[in-house]
Amino acid sequence: MAYEMALAALADQTRRRVLEQLRHGPRPVGDIAARLPVSRPAVSQHLKVLKEAGLVREERRGTQHIYEIDPKGLGPLRAWLDQLWDVALENFRAEVGAPPKKGTGK
Amino acid sequence: MNAPMKITPAPVRKTIVVNAPQPRAFEVFTTRFGHWWPKSHHIGPAEMAEAVIEPRIGGRWYEKGVDGSECEWGKVLAWEPPSRVLLSWRINGQFKLDDNMDSAVEVRFIAEDSNTTCVELEHRITAVDGEALRAAVDAPQGWSGLLAVYAEAAQAE
Repeated sequence: MAYEMALAALADQTRRRVLEQLRHGPRPVGDIAARLPVSRPAVSQHLKVLKEAGLVREERRGTQHIYEIDPKGLGPLRAWLDQLWDVALENFRAEVGAPPKKGTGK
Repeated sequence: MNAPMKITPAPVRKTIVVNAPQPRAFEVFTTRFGHWWPKSHHIGPAEMAEAVIEPRIGGRWYEKGVDGSECEWGKVLAWEPPSRVLLSWRINGQFKLDDNMDSAVEVRFIAEDSNTTCVELEHRITAVDGEALRAAVDAPQGWSGLLAVYAEAAQAE
């Protein structure tokens, strides 16, 4: 599933740091590399993995490669969580609607 | 020099309306938690026998496995029947209590009329330490990891 691929991509500490750099908005590769103790080619490689996992997206402006967090890419993670609480709360609603069992009610 | 990485993710928010008076909605959610929580979602190694929210501030939130083992999910941070409960969720990637995990579930019960209650749930993380996040993300099916990585940008759109 998509979120598993995203998790695999995030298992690497440097990749998480690269992603962190994009929290506050789009950034060019060089800008990201300048803020990390990692070479620019290495940052590019990490961005490629993040992109394949659907976590970031790339835009070219002239000669620059601009990266930003892909909200749709993180969507599956959020959807998974949403689903968990959806299931739980539906169960809850059913339980509330059920008549209290003998001995457990007030 | 290695400052811990912090992520402030967007909370998951849910609203559900139930046909019950506010006190009953609160009671079923909390003291009868184990009756409705999906048993497929357990964090301990053993199959889940029950899940419990102890009804007081400082109470434990934990699951009990069919083998008798107990696995703690967090603590009761606020206990305000019949309107509000706040629970911490401090499980890391090793499925153990970890103070670096700062996740919380807040549930509010709002009476709409005498037999209808609106239940608002918010699952949020205020900060996550990098190592805890790494451990969480590395864990298979790490729910806490999933919580940690959906960054605030995810719901910006």
